[in-house]
Amino acid sequence: MRKVYSRIEAIAGNVITVTADDVRYGHLAMVTTRYGKSLAEVIRLDGNRVSLQVFAGGRGISTGDEVVFLGHPMQVSFSDNLLGRIFDGRGTPRDAGPPLEDNLIEIGGPSVNPAMRIIPRNMIRTGIPMIDVFNSLVESQKLPIFSVSGEPYNELLSRIAMQAEVDMIILGGMGLKYDDYLYFREVLEEGGAMSRTVFFVHTASDPVVECLLVPDISLAVAEKFALGGKRVLVLLTDMTNFADSMKEIAITMEQVPSNRGYPGDLYSQLASRYEKAVDFEGAGSITILGVTTMPGDDVTHPVPDNTGYITEGQYYLRNGRIEPFGSLSRLKQLVNDKTRDDHRAVMDGMITLYANYRESVEKRSMGFRMSEWDTKLLKYGALFESEMMDLSVNIPLEQALDRGWSILAECFAPAESGLRTELINRFWPSTGGSPGSVAATAESGSDGETA
Amino acid sequence: MSQSTGRVLGVNGNMVSVIVEGDVALNEVGYITVDSDGEEKRLKSEVIRVRGDRAEVQVFEMTRGIGVDDRVEFTGELLAVELGPGLLGRVYDGLQNPLPELAAQCGFFLDRGVYLNALDRKLTWAFTPKVAVGETVERADTLGIVPEGIFEHRIMVPFNRYGSYTVRQIASAGEYTVDHEIARLADKDGNEIGVTMMFEWPVKRAVDCYAERLKPEDPMVTKVRIIDTFFPVALGGTYCIPGPFGAGKTVLQQITSRNAEVDIVIVAACGERAGEVVETLREFPELTDPRTGRTLMERTVIICNTSSMPVAAREASVYTAVTIAEYYRQMGLNVLLLADSTSRWAQAMREMSGRLEEIPGEEAFPAYLESVIAGFYERAGVVRLRDGGHGSVTIGGTVSPAGGNFEEPVTQATLKVVGAFHGLSRERSDARRYPSIHPLESWSKYRGPIDRGMVEYARDALHRGNEVGQMMKVVGEEGTSLDDYLWYLKSEFTDAVYLQQNAFDMVDAAVDTERQRFAFAMLFTLLTRKLSFAAKEEARSWFAELRQRFIDFNGAKWQGDEFNRLHKEIVSTIEARTAGTEENAEQLVGERG
Repeated sequence: MRKVYSRIEAIAGNVITVTADDVRYGHLAMVTTRYGKSLAEVIRLDGNRVSLQVFAGGRGISTGDEVVFLGHPMQVSFSDNLLGRIFDGRGTPRDAGPPLEDNLIEIGGPSVNPAMRIIPRNMIRTGIPMIDVFNSLVESQKLPIFSVSGEPYNELLSRIAMQAEVDMIILGGMGLKYDDYLYFREVLEEGGAMSRTVFFVHTASDPVVECLLVPDISLAVAEKFALGGKRVLVLLTDMTNFADSMKEIAITMEQVPSNRGYPGDLYSQLASRYEKAVDFEGAGSITILGVTTMPGDDVTHPVPDNTGYITEGQYYLRNGRIEPFGSLSRLKQLVNDKTRDDHRAVMDGMITLYANYRESVEKRSMGFRMSEWDTKLLKYGALFESEMMDLSVNIPLEQALDRGWSILAECFAPAESGLRTELINRFWPSTGGSPGSVAATAESGSDGETA
Repeated sequence: MSQSTGRVLGVNGNMVSVIVEGDVALNEVGYITVDSDGEEKRLKSEVIRVRGDRAEVQVFEMTRGIGVDDRVEFTGELLAVELGPGLLGRVYDGLQNPLPELAAQCGFFLDRGVYLNALDRKLTWAFTPKVAVGETVERADTLGIVPEGIFEHRIMVPFNRYGSYTVRQIASAGEYTVDHEIARLADKDGNEIGVTMMFEWPVKRAVDCYAERLKPEDPMVTKVRIIDTFFPVALGGTYCIPGPFGAGKTVLQQITSRNAEVDIVIVAACGERAGEVVETLREFPELTDPRTGRTLMERTVIICNTSSMPVAAREASVYTAVTIAEYYRQMGLNVLLLADSTSRWAQAMREMSGRLEEIPGEEAFPAYLESVIAGFYERAGVVRLRDGGHGSVTIGGTVSPAGGNFEEPVTQATLKVVGAFHGLSRERSDARRYPSIHPLESWSKYRGPIDRGMVEYARDALHRGNEVGQMMKVVGEEGTSLDDYLWYLKSEFTDAVYLQQNAFDMVDAAVDTERQRFAFAMLFTLLTRKLSFAAKEEARSWFAELRQRFIDFNGAKWQGDEFNRLHKEIVSTIEARTAGTEENAEQLVGERG
C-alpha cells in the first residue's frame, strides 16, 4: 500500500510542492483532484520537500488534493500495437482504441556510445526533388525545417510522412493547432499510411507539460523499433513550441534565464533529443526531421540558432518552397555519389545557374537592360521554380534528374550549362524528344514554343 | 587522506546537495550510491561548493532515481586522470573512460555508473631504465623509457611527488605492465615509495614541472595557406575559431588535426555532434601521417563528450584533454590540443552556476567565466624542461557564438587571452569560399614563416580591393576608375587562388611552408606590378584566365612538369602586362632584390 499525501504546500503554475519521504528524483506521482487524475514528475528534491511538475497543469489543484508516488519514472507501453494509433504526450490514447499498458519502457534513456556509431550511408528518398536531388536526406540524419509561421511546413511533413521510403513514421506534434492535428490524421488515413505511423500529439490547448514529453516519448518508442531492425523516421513539429514550454517551466521554477528568457540548458536539452538520431549497426535507424519555426524570420533567435549548431544542416522553407540557398544537408556527400553519375553535377550546375538567375532578377528590378544571357536565365529560373521547386512536384530522383536535363536543354546550349562534356554527351536530351523524361518534356514543351 | 561519507539532501537537475560527515575538499570526487532497478550503481560526482557541513556536488551522470538519504562516499582525491604509456590512439569520454571498451561491455548505450581503467593493465611495455641506484631525482625526471608507437615515452617521477628523492631500486630492462612497480625512491627522511609506470594528476591543476616558460616563437604549420601566411599560430600559442553554425569550424579543426606539423594531437570534442567525432574515429585509423608513415590514430588522443552526454562531464573534458597534452609536453614533444567547442564548455559552467543560484553575469554566464577561460588557455605554452629540452602545448578552440554574433561573452573573453583570432564568416561560407576565415577581421600576434612586410602588403591589397568592391555596389562598375577596378580584381584574385583552398584536392588540401613561400612570391609579384589594360572588360578576362591557371597550378604536384610549365606561364603572363611597380611597393620589392 503506497502512502497517500494529502497536503500540497505550494502551487505555482504547473509545479506543486509536497512534503514526502523516500521519493526519488525523476519518478512519477499520481495527483487526484476533483477534475480527475494526473501524473506528475519529481523535478526537484530539497530535503523532504518535493517539487512536482503536474502533466495536466496546475489549474484547479487544491492544497487538500491527494498525491501518491508511483516509484518509477515516466514509462510508455511499447509493442507493435502502437502502429496506427494516436496518443497524447503522456501516452494515453486520443483515438477510440484501448489504452496500452503492457511492456512498459522508460523514456529519456541514456545516450548512444559514440564509439558505436557508424558513418551514415543510406539515402532516404522522399519524392521531393528539392530534397532528393539538391539536399538528400540521409538515414540517421537530424535535420530541422526552418520556417516562418504560415508556411506550409505541416503539409510538407505530411507529404514526407506519406512518401518517405522508411519502415515506419513516428509523428510527434507539439502545440499543434487542433485543425493541423486533424489534417495530419486525415491525410495519413486517406493515403493509407496510418498503418505504419504512430502519433504522439500535444495540441495547443493541452497542458504545457505534456508538450515537453512528446519528443522523449516519440524517440523512446522510435529507439525500441530501431533496435528491432526498423528504419524509423521521426517527424517533430514544432520544436519551437517545445522550447517555449521549457522556458515556461524554467521561469516557473525561478531559474535564471540566459537568452530571451530561455533556460541556460536549452542547447543541451535540444541536443539530447536530436542526438537520438542514430544508425544501429546490425539493426535499424532513427532519422529526425523537425520543424523549427523562426519567430520573426530571425535565424539568430535562440531556438533556431541552437538547433543549427546541433543538427546536420537545415531546410529553409520560404514562400512555400524549399529554398536552395541556405538549405543544406551536410551528409548528402555521403550518399549522392551512389545514386546516378550525373547527380552531383546536376545538383551543382542547376544551383549555380539558379544563383545567376537571381542576380538577373535583381538587375531587372533595378532597371538594367537585360542581355540575351539574362533572358535565358529568366526563362530558366521560372521553369526551375515551377518544375522543380514547387512543393507539389512529386517524382522519383531519377525522373527529377531527367527533368533537370530537359529544363537545361530547353533554356541553354549545352556549352552554356557549365556541365562536364562527358555528362552532356550522355544525358543531354536530343532535340525533338528526350529519352527517359517524357513527363517533363510534355509539360514544359508548350512553354518552350511560346517563348 | 581521510575518506568522508555523506547523505543526499536534495536533487536539482545534475546538482545534488549532500550533508557531509567529516572533511571534504573542493573538487573532491564522491560516488553517490543509487538503487537502479534493483541494481546498485555508483555515480561519480565532484564537489563544487561547500557551506558548513553541506556540500553541493555535480553529478557526471543522469540523476534520475537518486533519493534523499542515499549514501555518498567521498574518495579524498580530486578529479584526476591516469597518465602513463598507452594513451595514444585511444578514445575517451570526458572522464577518461575508454569508449570502445565501454561499448564492448555495455553495448549501444552509455550505461551510467560504469567506470573502466583508462590505461590497459594487461598490456606490457618494453622498459629501459635511464637512472641508476643512488641517483637523486625530482618530480618529472625521467626514470626510464618505453617505446609508444613512434615516440619514446618517458616514464617520469610522478608530478605529485614534491621534493627530491634518491633512487633505491630501479627495474632492469624488460616487459612490464603499467601498474608494475619499476622503481623505489626514498625521500630525504628515508621513507620509501614505490613508483609504477602510471600515476594520477588532478585535471584542474596545470602541470608545472619545468624550468621556465618561453615565448612562443616558432610557427606551428597547419598547411592551411590563409592561416600560415596571414594569421599564423605559434607552437605553444593559442588561437580561437569563432563562427556561426555551418561556417566550417569543425571541418577546419579536422583538417588541422590531420595536417598540422606537431607530434601529438589531442582532439577534445566537447558538447558537439557525435557524428563529427565518428568521422575522425573511423577515418584516422585508415589515414597515413605523411611525417611518420604510420596511421594518424597513432599520434592522436580523442576526448569525446558529445552534446547528449552528461553536461558535468563536458565541463571536465577540456581539462582531461589539456592534462594529457601537458603530460606529453613533459617528454619534449609538441602537442596540439583542439577543443571543439569551448562555448559548450562555457554553457556547461553556466548551467551549473544557475543551479548553484549564483548571481549571473552577462547572458547568465557566471561572473568567473573570463578567469576560467583565461586559466584554460594559459595552460598552453612552450617550456624549457629541466633536462634542457623543449616541449609545447598549443591550444586551438572553436567558439560557437549565439546568433553568430562575436559580441557575446564567450567570444569576447576568449579574444582577450588568445594570440590569434580566426573569425569565420557566414558570407564567405555561403559563397563557398573555404576556409571561411575572414581575411580582414582576423588577426594574429605570432610571426609566420613568410616575411611580414610582404604579408602586410597583401593584406592592404585585400583591404583596398574590398573598399572598391563596396563602392562599386553603389556607383556601379561604370563609376569606378580602371585603377581602382584593378585593385578590386587583384584582391579577388588573391582570395580565389591563395586564401581559398580546396580541401578535396589531393595536392591543394595541405600546402607546406616551402610551397607557400613559392606561391606567395608569385602572388606578391602580381600584386606589386602596375598592369596595363585598355578597358575593364579586358582586365577582367585576363584575370579570369590567370586565375584558372593559378588554380590548376595549386593542384599540380610540387615541382612536377605540370607545376613548372604552369609556373612559367603565369610568370610570363604577368611580365607581358607589367608597366612598372606600384609606388607603395617599391621599397619592399627593392629590399627583396
